[in-house]
Amino acid sequence: MQHIVIIGNGISGITTARHIRKKSDHRITVISAETDHFFSRTALMYIYMGHMKYEHTKPYEDWFWAKNRIELKRAYVESVDTEARKLQLSGGEQMDYDKLVIATGSKSNKFGWPGQDLKAVQGLYSYQDLESMERDTQGISRAVVVGGGLIGIEMAEMLLSRNIPVTFLVREDSFWNNVLPKEESEMINRHIREHHVDLRLGTELKEILSDDNGRARAVVTGDGEEIACQFVGLTAGVSPNIGFLEGSGIETERGVKVDPYLETSVKDVFAIGDCAEFKEPNGERRPIEQVWYTGRMMGEALANTLCDKPTKYEPGHWFNSAKFFDIEYQTYGWVWAQPKENEASFYWEDVSGKICLRLVFDRNSHKLLGVNNFGIRLRHHAFDKWFEQEKKVEYVLEHLADANFDPELYKKYEHEIVAQFNKDFSASVSLKKKSWKRILELVS
Amino acid sequence: MSTADPSLSIANPHPKDTDVIQKISLAVACIGVLILFMAWGNVPVRASIMLPVSLLSIIIGTTVYAVRTYMNVPEGIKNNGVWHKSLTNRGVAGWIVGLILTGFYVILYWFPGYIGFGQNGAANQGLVALFDPLSMFFKGKPASQWFVYGTLYTVSIFSLGIKFLLKYRHNRYQFIRTLVVIASQLFLAYLIPEILAGLNYNDVTLADGSYVGYFDTDIKNTWPLDYDFFYDWHLDAMQQEAYQPVGILYLIIGIAMFLVVTPIITYYVGKRWYCSWICGCGGLAETAGDPFRHLSSKKLSAWKLERWLIHGVMIFIFVMTAATLYGYFYNTGEIFGLNIYNNFQKPYGFAIGAMFSGVIGVGFYPMLGNRVWCRFGCPMAGYMGIIQRFKSKFRITTNGGQCISCGNCSTYCEQGIDVRAYAQKGQNIVRASCVGCGICSAVCPRGVLKLENGPEEGRVDLPPIIIGNKSIKVSG
Repeated sequence: MQHIVIIGNGISGITTARHIRKKSDHRITVISAETDHFFSRTALMYIYMGHMKYEHTKPYEDWFWAKNRIELKRAYVESVDTEARKLQLSGGEQMDYDKLVIATGSKSNKFGWPGQDLKAVQGLYSYQDLESMERDTQGISRAVVVGGGLIGIEMAEMLLSRNIPVTFLVREDSFWNNVLPKEESEMINRHIREHHVDLRLGTELKEILSDDNGRARAVVTGDGEEIACQFVGLTAGVSPNIGFLEGSGIETERGVKVDPYLETSVKDVFAIGDCAEFKEPNGERRPIEQVWYTGRMMGEALANTLCDKPTKYEPGHWFNSAKFFDIEYQTYGWVWAQPKENEASFYWEDVSGKICLRLVFDRNSHKLLGVNNFGIRLRHHAFDKWFEQEKKVEYVLEHLADANFDPELYKKYEHEIVAQFNKDFSASVSLKKKSWKRILELVS
Repeated sequence: MSTADPSLSIANPHPKDTDVIQKISLAVACIGVLILFMAWGNVPVRASIMLPVSLLSIIIGTTVYAVRTYMNVPEGIKNNGVWHKSLTNRGVAGWIVGLILTGFYVILYWFPGYIGFGQNGAANQGLVALFDPLSMFFKGKPASQWFVYGTLYTVSIFSLGIKFLLKYRHNRYQFIRTLVVIASQLFLAYLIPEILAGLNYNDVTLADGSYVGYFDTDIKNTWPLDYDFFYDWHLDAMQQEAYQPVGILYLIIGIAMFLVVTPIITYYVGKRWYCSWICGCGGLAETAGDPFRHLSSKKLSAWKLERWLIHGVMIFIFVMTAATLYGYFYNTGEIFGLNIYNNFQKPYGFAIGAMFSGVIGVGFYPMLGNRVWCRFGCPMAGYMGIIQRFKSKFRITTNGGQCISCGNCSTYCEQGIDVRAYAQKGQNIVRASCVGCGICSAVCPRGVLKLENGPEEGRVDLPPIIIGNKSIKVSG
């Protein structure tokens, strides 16, 4: 029996711990400085908005950990001594380990803006960020959010839920347009404005101004405009939270460098989740994957390795999801902001301007490469299988009804979508009726 | 987070700048309620004018308020501030409303005289008297406390149902379901029974003062939820000469509902066809109770308690009804030397029929959530739950690996199902207690949950791996 110590109780660390317990009798300790128990980071926004309380974001009841012999330690790891296999914890305590898992996640990016360390200026990543946001947004009359990505738009939605007017500075010409193609990005621009957010596209942050008490009182934009506000959200991405590894001898760059087995440069020390940086990226994936789902998958793979079944991290077909105010987004496979040379793209948008579907496929073989769906839900199993089977875009459209995952009684758009595809590409696809037989085959 | 917001509103997800029209409409609704209280306090109001004024004020006031609240904002989930508000977070307002509701039920069941019901032939007074004109209109006799209750119940489902329609206007499943909920209550539970009584098919008192009998003419109120269906007075009333052919029709349908209709429909679509589409208890829970759905306990211990309680009640009513039928067919008041009324019917009627389904079931909405009765007590739900769990096509499908464990589904499950526990494993949700309201699917921010009816094959299987990860393989 070995002592496996996991630093970080987020989705990556906890998934590892759970799966190690399923497979072995190793002693497991999870260390976190953030909270006593695992909670869903993606749900932080809902606590602020009053949809849930903190307790609701905990996927397991508090008795779960003792019952499954997963020891929880509330402490901050100050340094790692890989020679002696010892951790130095805050408060002078030390902890020995046989194997170490670094799953410390991210911290919010700050790019050296003047005033970025003032009071009421923050990112949104941790539970502590939520607490300071709660404290610093009481009774304020305007907030500025800087950075047009997923956390930025969530922060804008959070602030609006408290009736705090929001100015949203987005450096790019359109929201999240380094990821979303033009049409989707513009759809979200419109939706942000529909919620009365003061959206400033193509606008950079130059500096944050302080009041007499060291608290933000205004921001100055790239073109010199001063916007009075009492809270500034910095949401220009996140980067690995690995400062405590300095001097440990563990190789790091932006993140902790890992091999396909998620092992670092030091034997028996592993890194997973947001803080891991692959020496060799997996296919089209970024070397650092800061996504809930990939953290979970890394945890599943690593648990195998730690239980004497060496397992490479081999993610399957890419998928992701988000929600932009009221518009849900799912994506399967790869849809790039700018189509690659070999790619053709089919785009359909509903007249409401809030629902759309994009299918990206190979220009020559017509093999489906990726899908973006907004305001329509699609079956994960269907696309995973269709990518696996290298189905053509025509096949996918023909069987689109099988993939529909919208609630029952919802209006269906498949006919419209297929008709437009036939028009755009002079094709003659005819939609098949939904078949449970085929759906079961997709799921199996 | 302790940002208490002392708002009393149940319609507004976050009462920001209430505009003039909202204030006026709220005032109108309050006047409607005030008239009820005035009548209760025996303030001399002219019932024939003030009753319609009161009920219309409530309906129009809440409708206009809801229109202003929801139609001015983009459609979507409206749960902002739910856990911050006093009313919906077990705060002072919640306790006050809970106490008022509980008190109302206690009076209704055991002390109807306190709301003015004229016992032993005396004329009605107070609140019950206010409803006399409407009762006279329907069936030519003064109101009873049950007529008052039925009318207010219907008004609640109607007006707060409209609010729900506006709140969920983006969701066609919710919209259509709620239209059916409102129509079921209005027509099946309220208008048709009152009209039948008006046509002398029920609840008739003859000119000589003798009473022909009463039977339940809410066609969907099925035994075992309708626990007194097989009581001798009920069976006798349905067989009264004067009530034919309606009486026998209700007797046949009543038995067929339990034996045939319920198992068949539940097999095809799950128990939701009843619990969250047509049932009266469910109807109130889904409309008036909607602001409290998140208060149900999701603990494992609550689930354990639930299984003991609901199946305990189910066994209780089977035994009670068996004793009742034995007494009916053998024309005796005793079974095994036990008095059937005192040992079976009376305890059930008091503890379950009145205490559990009424006082706790509705009175405790703001404490325990809107489905306490449906989850822990209702024998009809227990019966359908067994079918749904073991022999049904219904399930909530989980969408592959898309769950982010956020907890919205579990939080807003009125039945206290830990939906997330299944979704995050990629497993379908097949649970006896699910009433198929569809809110988990509605509040899911990642499109993970879908209520559907499909082949039974693989319905409850736990997938060996969550898809999207090729690292993990199922070994041959």
